[in-house]
Amino acid sequence: MHVVVCVKQTPDSAAKMSVDNGKVTWGDSGLVVNPWDEYAIEEAIRLKEKHGGKATAISMGPESAKEALKTCLAMGCDEAVLISDPALKGSDALATSYVLAKAIEKLGDVGMVLFGKQAIDGDTGLVPVAVARRLNWSPLTYTIKIAELDPGTKIIKAERLLEQGKQIVTATLPAVVGTVKDINEPRYPSFMGIRKAAKAVINTWSAADLGLDASQIGAAGSPTHWPRVFPLPARAGSVELIDGTPEEIAAKLADKLLADKVI
Amino acid sequence: MSHKTWVFIEQFKSTLAQPSLEALGEARRLAAGRGGGVTALLFGQDIEGLAPDVIAYGADEVLLADDATLAEFRAEPYASLLSKLAQERQPDVILAGATTRGRDVLGIAAVDLGTGALADVTELKLVGDQIVATRPVYAGKLLAEVVGERRPLLLSLRPRAFPRPEPDASRSGGIEKVTPALAEDAIAVKVTDYAVDEGRVSLADARIIVSGGRGVGGPEGFAPVRELAETLGAAMGASRAAVDAGWIPYAHQVGQTGKTVAPDLYIAAGISGAIQHQAGMRSAKTIVAINKDPEAPIFKLARYGIVGDLFKILPALTAEFKKRLGQ
Repeated sequence: MHVVVCVKQTPDSAAKMSVDNGKVTWGDSGLVVNPWDEYAIEEAIRLKEKHGGKATAISMGPESAKEALKTCLAMGCDEAVLISDPALKGSDALATSYVLAKAIEKLGDVGMVLFGKQAIDGDTGLVPVAVARRLNWSPLTYTIKIAELDPGTKIIKAERLLEQGKQIVTATLPAVVGTVKDINEPRYPSFMGIRKAAKAVINTWSAADLGLDASQIGAAGSPTHWPRVFPLPARAGSVELIDGTPEEIAAKLADKLLADKVI
Repeated sequence: MSHKTWVFIEQFKSTLAQPSLEALGEARRLAAGRGGGVTALLFGQDIEGLAPDVIAYGADEVLLADDATLAEFRAEPYASLLSKLAQERQPDVILAGATTRGRDVLGIAAVDLGTGALADVTELKLVGDQIVATRPVYAGKLLAEVVGERRPLLLSLRPRAFPRPEPDASRSGGIEKVTPALAEDAIAVKVTDYAVDEGRVSLADARIIVSGGRGVGGPEGFAPVRELAETLGAAMGASRAAVDAGWIPYAHQVGQTGKTVAPDLYIAAGISGAIQHQAGMRSAKTIVAINKDPEAPIFKLARYGIVGDLFKILPALTAEFKKRLGQ
């Protein structure tokens, strides 16, 4: 089975984000594979190892996103494709889902597409389900376990983590699976993997290569926009330290929390 | 032009979801500012009895689909019906809670309707006729004002970011029955089972959360955290360090790769407060930090701080609150 994992390059999760002249900056922190995507990459590699076939990583982004794809290769993906074109800049979730769906169609023989839950920059979490809809494939978002998978009968049984517990579902392939943390423990790239990835040639597909409709991509093709980004308001006040014996502390804190009406 | 505001109502086993009630309240405020009524979309099986409650919480009209294909929530039949109704009736805005279900339904509807979805909104304002939404970005480290230029505009509202309205039983409204858009054989996903966590308070809906981190030292270290949570009727949270160590299941994780929460009170025990944890809990109204290390970053966010041993402080708090709350 050909498994595809879609990844995004984001600022490091430990980066301090700030806004400088309306532009988002993160100092000298590096760019990494979106932390949620690590689980999807691991799952793609495990599925390939178990069922055969191959795992392909794709990413839409600037040239620098090749580094994120190299991490995928170093972990064990077989191939990687970067989708990059100045015309894609400013694409929102709807436009991005269009581009990724076209890329998956171009790959042709795909049985499953995996995503992380959301990207830690835009944080919409909309792209996996939107790609499923565009392809008209089974949408299996918030998957915490692929319990069974039979590439022969094309039946997949998955557990989805919802607010009240786990929903257990069966569906048919092809499917788009949005993963959550806890589906697996992502591996670290091996030394051999890193060496192989360093030498790998990563193909780039442009908007023309995918035959994209210009009215559906980039800022102009996106229905949503961010006119203003700004820092969080500072939390009012400073900490009030409470001391004494544990019993005294408990009594003082209880007084304060009840007076504040938060209990 | 009319400004019809729709709200996608979520119910689970015939209980209305808290974020849907918050969305109804916000829909009423939009309708008050722009005119046009509030229509609620209530889908499920044997849920007609919920319609009067939905009206009491703010709907002028309920579009009710009661069918076996809608018994368990599934994104395809729910979203297909929402999209079909929206194509026929042209609402201006569709609100939903930013839950797993709300995000899936609006993500699919965005594709079907060729429109924009704004996810996880924490504030809505009207600038003239334009709806401007505020939402956290970069894992809650920054905020963005976002707008959508096409209609209908789809908005998912972060749980607990908007007040829950008081129900008004004197409100009246129409109930119109609608039929599903998909037959069972056109739906790829089948629900075979549901493993509900009995008795657990959902983190997203919780007014109070008591969380433990690395400082609890092991799985048994969550016992005093759990006892205080139970005494307060609170949900139990955890930091990534505690989850990754295998001391507590992932469903409890608060932070960048866990849940984002906004309780009235967040008690952090043995949590240093790494930036990734802060991303998940900094919109709590009041934060109490209990930590041995007076330099822990969590004290910078906290309203009240206790430098000390959580294994002494938490049982003392449990005993004190049992007394105060008459348990």
